[in-house]
Amino acid sequence: MSEFRMPSLGADMEKGTVVEWLKQPGEKIARGEVVAVVETQKGAFEVEVFEDGVLSEILVPAGAEVPVGAVLARIDSGEPKPMAVPAPRPADMPAPSVPLPPPPRPSPRPAGERLRLSPAAARRAAELGVDPRGVAGSGQGGAITLADIEAAAARAARPSGEKGRRGFDPAAMRQAIASAMARSKREIPHYYLGLPIDMSRALQWLAAENARRDVENRLLAGVLLLKATALALKEVPELNGFWADGGPRLSTGIHVGWAISLRGGGLMAPAIHDADGKTVDLLMAALRDLVIRARTARLRGSEMTDPTVTVTSLGERGAERVYGVIYPPQLAIVGFGAVRPAPAVIDGAVAARPTVYATLSGDHRASDGVSGSRLLAAIDTHLQAPETL
Amino acid sequence: MSAPPRRTTYREAVREAIREAMLRDPRVFLMGEDVGRYGGCYAVSKGLLQEFGEERIRDTPLSESGFVGAGIGAALNGMRPIVEVMSVNFSLLALDQIVNNAATIPHMSGGQFAVPLVIRMATGSGRQLAAQHSHSLEGWYAHIPGLKVLVPATLEDARGMLWSALEDPNPVLIFEHVQLYNMEGDLDAAAGPVPISGAAIRRPGRDLSIITYGGSLSKCLAAATALAAEGIEAEVVDLRSLRPLDDATIMASVARTRRVLIVDEGWRSGGISAEISARIVEQAFYELDAPPARLCGVEVPIPYPKHLEDASVPQAESIHAAARTLVRPGPA
Repeated sequence: MSEFRMPSLGADMEKGTVVEWLKQPGEKIARGEVVAVVETQKGAFEVEVFEDGVLSEILVPAGAEVPVGAVLARIDSGEPKPMAVPAPRPADMPAPSVPLPPPPRPSPRPAGERLRLSPAAARRAAELGVDPRGVAGSGQGGAITLADIEAAAARAARPSGEKGRRGFDPAAMRQAIASAMARSKREIPHYYLGLPIDMSRALQWLAAENARRDVENRLLAGVLLLKATALALKEVPELNGFWADGGPRLSTGIHVGWAISLRGGGLMAPAIHDADGKTVDLLMAALRDLVIRARTARLRGSEMTDPTVTVTSLGERGAERVYGVIYPPQLAIVGFGAVRPAPAVIDGAVAARPTVYATLSGDHRASDGVSGSRLLAAIDTHLQAPETL
Repeated sequence: MSAPPRRTTYREAVREAIREAMLRDPRVFLMGEDVGRYGGCYAVSKGLLQEFGEERIRDTPLSESGFVGAGIGAALNGMRPIVEVMSVNFSLLALDQIVNNAATIPHMSGGQFAVPLVIRMATGSGRQLAAQHSHSLEGWYAHIPGLKVLVPATLEDARGMLWSALEDPNPVLIFEHVQLYNMEGDLDAAAGPVPISGAAIRRPGRDLSIITYGGSLSKCLAAATALAAEGIEAEVVDLRSLRPLDDATIMASVARTRRVLIVDEGWRSGGISAEISARIVEQAFYELDAPPARLCGVEVPIPYPKHLEDASVPQAESIHAAARTLVRPGPA
């Protein structure tokens, strides 16, 4: 018997709401299968299990909000195991909060902290049988209001067959970004490097390649930048991984978090797993899939926690350079500006060449500028040999 | 009720009310500083001396204690005096007469003597009359058992409250906000006496209750209109009477909206808003979805310069902002 816990789907996630259970007690589940939809400040995510077994008991009903680490369900795996979810990858994520009161309604607030609950909300909660300790407050100073209670009751009452609420609250997303970025700038001593990269060869290769492809199979320049970065990280591994327990913990897998801006505001950087080993076609397909799912709130929980590095590409209409803020606890963010004609000195003469300005923001606790320079140089080298990408 | 409404002002409505009382009851007379030959310092009683003569429209010396006391004596002896005190600030000179005599005699005489006296006074800021003529002390009088304290904010109430007050056997204080005298509007030609108890809901709403009275009512209504444009529906409650307070109407409104903003020009500390807030917490605690909020006068003597005077009391803009914060806390 093991426990399936509320996962941490981002550095600053403290709690989540179970929107929907996709598996019912008694059903068999396989490793990697999506069992629940969880809503966070960044929207709704599908959460997978990490082992085979039978879902034996659901402890947190749909609609309830619980802290990261709360036991959501028990899984009968046939053998005793401590936990169904591996320890959250970055070790400085909130640890599964210990010992939780017996479900069904765990409290996201530390014991002793007074609940800020309006009198009207308190009375309504009692009438509706809603435990206000599991409800996030929207009132003054985070107080729980009547509307919060009624919304929680409505979520809890939603038939399990009905699709959970999808999409995200832009204000909550802003808050999530605010806390992650503020934490980054507070904790991570960034260093910044930049390198203009000649894109003539890459774009020529891309044009020739796309000329013989169907419209739907055409490649975007971004996928070359992605692949070149992944390959470069393989050569400069000290920028790939997390800062955890007071030291760098490098990752063998290169899971690139690709920054996707959402319509209506906000930003996500879900993982493209093992990007160094994927062909450009596979990467292109993965990118398309991610963008669609990010914008329809269909991302998986693991895609939010897995990235070992972030790449942000501003695209054709973007600025020339981007000096990124590292998403904690990652070690680096690689940025690409718009590809633009720029003067380049070639054989002692000035010529206009399509150029992309690559930048690196690195965590100076984990690496130095020398490594960063090597990374940018390696990206450049790979982009000069597009046929090998 | 068949005659069409006519365009008039708050000042004319008060004058009409005095005329009606004088015509209906020969025991009624008006007494105060400059009410006769000058026509009243706010021109309320203009023309009444010519119409009713010196016996019933009586100019008094500058002695509030003296003429308010004379009014009490006249009331005790069967008259129905209307005493005008130029400004609530000056009424402090008559505080002993009002608090120690008018309010207590019916009680101390075991009900043998009624004091059917009406004292009208101007209150409030907004006319650049500085710190000795602009305060809002009606909340103080609302503290005193034995008094009734009325705060007409509309033409109907300005027209209708006086007669009902004269009919009441107790001393009744009517506070006329100085900024209201020029307020124009339509008044039913048949407008007459109105009840002097009970608050009125001047605008229904679902998202919060704005409780106010007197000179702040029109500002609250303006704020409510602006709030409506943002999707916030404010219910505006006009108290009409500060003593007694209409708890039932207040609590019913709070029970509907669950949020309350109390607006008055008086100072915040120990003011009438504090009393209202306390009653809401006592009587409607479990209806509340947010702490009651107060928007009161800044705790300074009312300044003379126009911009500082305006800044020292609630205005439509600040009421709007306070209401929005109450309904939508956090960044807008």
